[in-house]
Amino acid sequence: MAEIEVGRSILEANEKLAEQHRERFVASGVKVLNLISSPGAGKTSVLEQTLGRLRGRLSCAVIEGDVQTDEDAQRVAACGVPAVQIETRGACHLDGPMIGQALAVLDLDSLDLLIIENVGNLVCPVDFDLGEDMKVAVLSVAEGDDKPSKYPALFQQAGVLLVNKVDLLPYIDCDLERIHRTSAQLNPTQKAFDISCRTGEGLDEWIDWLVGWVKG
Amino acid sequence: MHELSIAQSLLGIVLDEAQRHGVNKVTKVVVRIGALAGVVPSSLSFSFDLIKEGTKAAEAELVIEQEPAQGVCHACGAEIDMSSLVDQCPSCTSKDIEFLGGQELFVDHIEAE
Repeated sequence: MAEIEVGRSILEANEKLAEQHRERFVASGVKVLNLISSPGAGKTSVLEQTLGRLRGRLSCAVIEGDVQTDEDAQRVAACGVPAVQIETRGACHLDGPMIGQALAVLDLDSLDLLIIENVGNLVCPVDFDLGEDMKVAVLSVAEGDDKPSKYPALFQQAGVLLVNKVDLLPYIDCDLERIHRTSAQLNPTQKAFDISCRTGEGLDEWIDWLVGWVKG
Repeated sequence: MHELSIAQSLLGIVLDEAQRHGVNKVTKVVVRIGALAGVVPSSLSFSFDLIKEGTKAAEAELVIEQEPAQGVCHACGAEIDMSSLVDQCPSCTSKDIEFLGGQELFVDHIEAE
């Protein structure tokens, strides 16, 4: 009987690919965000509002992840930004190999910022490193102020929290302070912005921070 | 998390190691799973048993060693085992806790004939 030392990470294949993607991004000088939220929190609306305000300031592209349809890539393309749609056809998250396929059709050297919009899901995308610089969590006030507590992994890893649909606050029961307090406990260095993609509230502060982060 | 795809990755590593070391029958696989890795050990065992059939690991026993997640309390300095990401310090009840680890998924070693 032989005992064989192994010492290998079970997810080494995805980790290796994520590191390769990361090295490519660094070599091309492009900053990368991984946008994660539940379905309907407003990721694509955030993209539309963000990309419109970044025109002329940063060169951007988007990788869109959905189970089905290319509707989101079309919405982004209408903003004048290159968008690559990945239809996972059942997979609940994007992973390294899918990103690799999308990168084959993007000119990374021409970009300042690449935003990956993940499949709508507060759980699975968190566990799959795509080579990004930062995860951005989007949570709408209509989803409940208990979500950072219920889904701590995302909020612990997200460098930025966008609390969306704040224009709805007068019409729903949402303890905004609880969202910020519980999320900040999980990640004390997290930047948080209260925004409304509908009214434009808070978007200027988010954009100013984003431009500073990309160029910094 | 996705225990079946994790089991597939695990089996791939086990069979790769078996081939590299020229062994034909794997009898035991020992993995270390962090308490906060988001993996349910019974689901992982179940999935591994499903897919190991017909391979060199067909009779391998999967041993799962769970590693506690570690944190440090910034209020009182205590080092603590963490069962969730939103724990309170057991010494001073502060929630100002820095999370140090506990999300690993590692193949430690295998035994073979």
